Amino acid sequence: MTSQKEHIVIAKDITKSFSIPMGGSAGIKQRVFNIAKGRKGRRNFTPLRDISFEVNKGDFFGIVGKNGSGKSTLLKILAGIYTPTKGSVHIGGSLVPFIELGVGFNPELTGRENVYLNGALLGFSHKEVDGMYAKIVEFAELDDFMEERLKNYSSGMQVRLAFSIAIQAKGDILLLDEVLAVGDAAFQQKCFDYFERLKREKRTIIIVTHDMGAVKRFCNRAMLISNGNIEHIGTPSEVADLYTEANIERAAETAEKDEAGDVAETMTLKAKLSKKRYKNDDDLIVDIAYSVPEDNAEYFVNLSLMHAGAVFADVNTKYSKDVTTSETIKKIRFQQSLSGFNSGKYDVCLTLHRKADDRLIKQDPRAASFLVEGYDPSLDGPMKLSGKWVGVNK
Amino acid sequence: MRISNVFSRRNRILLRELVVTDFKLRYQGSALGYAWSLLKPLFLFAILYVVFEKFLRLGKGVDHYPVYLLLGVVLWGFFTEATSNGLNSIISRGDLIRKINFPKYIIVVSGTISSLINLGLNLIVIIIFAYLNGVHFTFEMLLAIPLIIELYILALAVAFFLSAFNVKFRDVGYLWEIFLQAAFYATPIIYPLAMVINVSAPAAKLIMLNPVAQAIQDIRYVVVTHDSITIYQLFSKDLYIVVVPFVVVILSVILASYYFKRNSRYFAESV
Repeated sequence: MTSQKEHIVIAKDITKSFSIPMGGSAGIKQRVFNIAKGRKGRRNFTPLRDISFEVNKGDFFGIVGKNGSGKSTLLKILAGIYTPTKGSVHIGGSLVPFIELGVGFNPELTGRENVYLNGALLGFSHKEVDGMYAKIVEFAELDDFMEERLKNYSSGMQVRLAFSIAIQAKGDILLLDEVLAVGDAAFQQKCFDYFERLKREKRTIIIVTHDMGAVKRFCNRAMLISNGNIEHIGTPSEVADLYTEANIERAAETAEKDEAGDVAETMTLKAKLSKKRYKNDDDLIVDIAYSVPEDNAEYFVNLSLMHAGAVFADVNTKYSKDVTTSETIKKIRFQQSLSGFNSGKYDVCLTLHRKADDRLIKQDPRAASFLVEGYDPSLDGPMKLSGKWVGVNK
Repeated sequence: MRISNVFSRRNRILLRELVVTDFKLRYQGSALGYAWSLLKPLFLFAILYVVFEKFLRLGKGVDHYPVYLLLGVVLWGFFTEATSNGLNSIISRGDLIRKINFPKYIIVVSGTISSLINLGLNLIVIIIFAYLNGVHFTFEMLLAIPLIIELYILALAVAFFLSAFNVKFRDVGYLWEIFLQAAFYATPIIYPLAMVINVSAPAAKLIMLNPVAQAIQDIRYVVVTHDSITIYQLFSKDLYIVVVPFVVVILSVILASYYFKRNSRYFAESV
C-alpha cells in the first residue's frame, strides 16, 4: 500500500551546522579582538545529522522531539529558510510554512492593513485578499476592531486574526510549528476543526509538536528525532509512546539529581516506583519516604494521580491507621491494580499536610511518572472504559 | 536569481505590499502625514536660498543657483536615503527572514523604492521652483529620467552590498554614515565645480569620475542650467574617460549582486 504512494517531500541526508559567534556581538571590534587573542571566536554546532525521510502526498506527518532535538531546524530547512550544509530537499508542490502565526504583523498598522500585509506574505494579491476579507474578519470575530491599530489588540485577538488569515492558505503542503500551543480551549478547538478539514481535503501536512494527543489524533505517520538523529519513523502511537518514555527517563534523571540535593533540606518527601512501564495486569507500587516536622502534631500524606497535566484521582492517609513507625524517615507503600487504567503517561504528585487543619507542609508535584502500555485508538483519558457498544433496534 | 523569477507574481505582490507598508509607516502618527514629503524640500529650499544666495554668494557664475543647489541636495539626499534604507533593510526585517522563505532582494528593493517615491515628490517641488525662478522648460529635461535611473541603479548596487555586509558586521552602518559625510563634501553639491577648477583642475577631474557627481551635474545641466559643468566638458580632450563612471556603476551592480546572492542563503541564520 505504501509503495504505491507518491512522495511529495523527499529529504535526503540532511546535515545542518551552524557557526555561532561567541561573545555575542557580531562586530569588527570582536573580530579584531579574536584575531589578537588567537581564538577562532566561533563554535560549530550541528543540530541535524544525516536526516533522510519521505512524506507521501496526503500524509499528516508529525515531527516530535524534545526541546533542542533539532526539529524546528528541520522544519526551517524544509521551508527553505535555512540552507542545509549537506544533503538535499525535494518539494513536489507549493509549500506554505507557518513557523509562526502572523508573520510580518506590524503593531502600528490597523487590523485591516495587517490582513493585506500578512496575506501578501502568504502569496495573496490585494484583490484576492479583498475576496476573502469578509470571511477572515468573521472567523476572527473582530468586526469592530479592524480599523484599530494592532498594538491595541489583546494577544488573543492577534492570534485569532493571524489564524483566520492562515487558514486561507492554499498550498499543497503546509508546514506547522507548534501552532497548537497558543490560545485558549476554544481556539484550540478551532485549530482541531481546521486540521480535520485539512485531513478531509487530503492536503499534505507536516507538523512539529509536543502534543502527543494531537499526534495520535491527526497524524497518520510520525517521526521522533533526538539529538539531531532520527530515532524512529512509524505510526503515531509508536512514536508517541517512545517520546513519552524518553520523557519519563529524563524526569527520572532529574529526580535522581534532586535527591542528591535534598540532603540539605531537613524534610523528605519522595516516591519510588517499582517500574517505569506497566501493563494492565500489573500492580502500581509506589514507595513513599517522608519525614515530618519535629513537633507533636500529626501529619498525613496525599497522593494524586495526574493524566495530561490534570489530577484525576487522590488518595490520602488521613483516615488510615498510622501505618508508620516513629522513625525520622517514615516509609509507606501504596499499591493499586492498573486494570482499569487506559494507556498513556501518568504523573504521581505527593503532598504532606498537617492533620489538624489540612495545611500543606511540603509538596512534590512531579514525584514520579509512569507509562501504561497497550494503546487503543478508541480510548482516551485516564480511565479505560470497558462498556460495550451495541446496536439498538426499536 | 533567474530573471523570470525576479518579477514573478508572488514577488510582485510582496514587493508592492512592503513598499506600501513602508510608506504608510513613514509618517505614522505625525499630524501633517504625507504632506511632510513636500514640506521638507520646501523648507530646505528656504534655508538654502537664504544661506547661499543672500550670505555666502557661492553661486555667482551659475544661473538659477538656488534651484541648481536644491536639485543637487535633493539628489544627494536620495542617494543617502536609498543606501541607508537598503543597508538596514535586511537586519530590520529579520523577523520575516527567519519565518518565511522568499527572495531577500525584495526587501532591499522595497527599501530603495520608497526613497525613489520620495525623490519623485521632491522633484515636483523642484519643478515648481524652477518655473517660479524662470528656468526655461525644454524637452532636454526628459534626459534627466535615464540619469536618475543611473543614480538609482548605483544606489541599489550599494544597498545590496551594504545590506549583506551589515549582516556580518554591524559596524557597517556607522562607517557608511561617516563615509557619506566625507563624500558629501567631495561631491560638487553646495559648491560649483568651477570653484574647484580654479584651484586645481586635476582635482576637479578626479571628483567627476564619481558616478554620483557625474549624474548630479548632468541632471542639473539638462534640467536647470547649462552652467552646470559636466564630465564631457572636463574631458573634452580625452573623451574616452567619460565611460569611467558608467563602468563603475555596471561593475558595482555585478559585484554587489554576486556578493548579495552568495550571502543571502545564510541571512536567516545569522541575521
